[in-house]
Amino acid sequence: MAEPQRARPKPTPETQHFWDGTKAGELRLQRCDACAHVYFPPRPFCPSCASRKVSAFKASGKGFLYSYVINHRPAAPGFTPPYAIAVVELAEGPRMMSNIIDCPQTPEALELDMKLEVAFEKLDDTISLPVFRPAKG
Amino acid sequence: MRSNQVAVVGAAETTELGVIPNASQLQLHADAALNAIADAGLKLSDIDGFATAVETPQQVCHYLGIKPTWVDGTSVGGCSFMLHVRHAAAAIEAGLCKTVLITHAESGKSMIGKAPRSIPADSLQGQFEAPFGVYGPPSMFPIPVLRFMKTYGITHEQLASVAVVQREWAAKSPRAMMKDPITVADVLNSRMIAYPFRLLQCCLVTDGGGALILTSADRARDFPRKPVYIMGTGESVETPMVSQMETFNSSRAFKTAGPLAFKEAGITHGDVDHLMIYDAFAHLPLFGLGDLGFMPHEETGKFIADGNTRPGGKLPLNTNGGGLSYMHSGMYGMYALQESVRQMRGIAPAQVPNAKISVCHGVGGMFAASGTIVFTNEK
Repeated sequence: MAEPQRARPKPTPETQHFWDGTKAGELRLQRCDACAHVYFPPRPFCPSCASRKVSAFKASGKGFLYSYVINHRPAAPGFTPPYAIAVVELAEGPRMMSNIIDCPQTPEALELDMKLEVAFEKLDDTISLPVFRPAKG
Repeated sequence: MRSNQVAVVGAAETTELGVIPNASQLQLHADAALNAIADAGLKLSDIDGFATAVETPQQVCHYLGIKPTWVDGTSVGGCSFMLHVRHAAAAIEAGLCKTVLITHAESGKSMIGKAPRSIPADSLQGQFEAPFGVYGPPSMFPIPVLRFMKTYGITHEQLASVAVVQREWAAKSPRAMMKDPITVADVLNSRMIAYPFRLLQCCLVTDGGGALILTSADRARDFPRKPVYIMGTGESVETPMVSQMETFNSSRAFKTAGPLAFKEAGITHGDVDHLMIYDAFAHLPLFGLGDLGFMPHEETGKFIADGNTRPGGKLPLNTNGGGLSYMHSGMYGMYALQESVRQMRGIAPAQVPNAKISVCHGVGGMFAASGTIVFTNEK
């Protein structure tokens, strides 16, 4: 029997560019052409000023650890506890949920405000997830 | 809405609370409704307005045999019933209906006749939260708390004291699920669920329900129970994604709903005799005390750890034991409302002497929604 699978995102027309980006190794955000607001999650209008003129761009991939839990139980399918569920604040401003890789999943190692950089975890041929690792240097 | 024009004239919980393996979720709605109707001395045919959450109004109305002319199916999580009270009060004042029944029930433990909660893979939550291992409220609701603790200097011991104090209240309540005394050390040594929260900082999972009946204040005097007036109300929503809250240092929905209710009631914090803050997890009373303006967030942990909210303290909080110790079927807001009504009627097991104003604050989802009701027993 196959191992239980991690929940797999299913893109919509409004989010497809984001998932195309992660597949290509880019973290794509959107910026309003009218008011310059940068936002996430994706949508084809600005949630700050309602302009429909918005552009996707490649984000720096840098950010810091805003908050997290280390989940012990119940564990989600495809995860081995304990594992951290993190919220990362990106250098461009928006926050996103993610996981922290290349780092012990302990309160001692997971320091709030630690600098992070994006990496991509390939789930299959169409979906790669944005995850974060401690920034080098 | 004007203050004190509408009153609660019927209030009851299900006959049993806890583990109820012999009733479906729909039957628990009916059990709570029939108890509340009996409490108010009414007949089913007297009900012309109806509100519920999760289950549809048509489902529960048909099952009970109610023929309403006003319905509200607002379903924003555990505080839906606070919003129903607010909407019902406005509807009664506007003359859309005369007597509103609000029901909640959940077979949260036994899962009989209850649809499982699921997150579609193409929803925003399904795309941008579920793939990272969130799995039920314990993995999501505590996500803001480490940031909140760092910002305000709140300690693990202070967060543990929330559970300790509420267990003291629960010990006075015969219907509370968990009554044995616990210590801060017990909390900090209980099983880890989602760091930093351990088992005793997470709500119970139970079966049960409750119902309220509201009518105009003019009619309320003719009912068998002491009327409990709706003095002020507030509501808001923020986001279904905990990761997308504006900040983890407060809840925007709390900060909107709470002050609206205080303003409408025309009261200050010093006027509050009794307080309920929906405690699905131990950090919620701290968010609530700060966001409702009782004190700066920095002081909330010490305030609770110092015993100010315990029996005999200056601000009695979650006097039934809360979602941590009384019961939590999944949408606890109804039980918080029931306790506020009991306190205003003067019949609560852990009655606050001479309490005249009760504030009842609810949360829905993971800080996704909020509703606040100010009750009084004086008009």
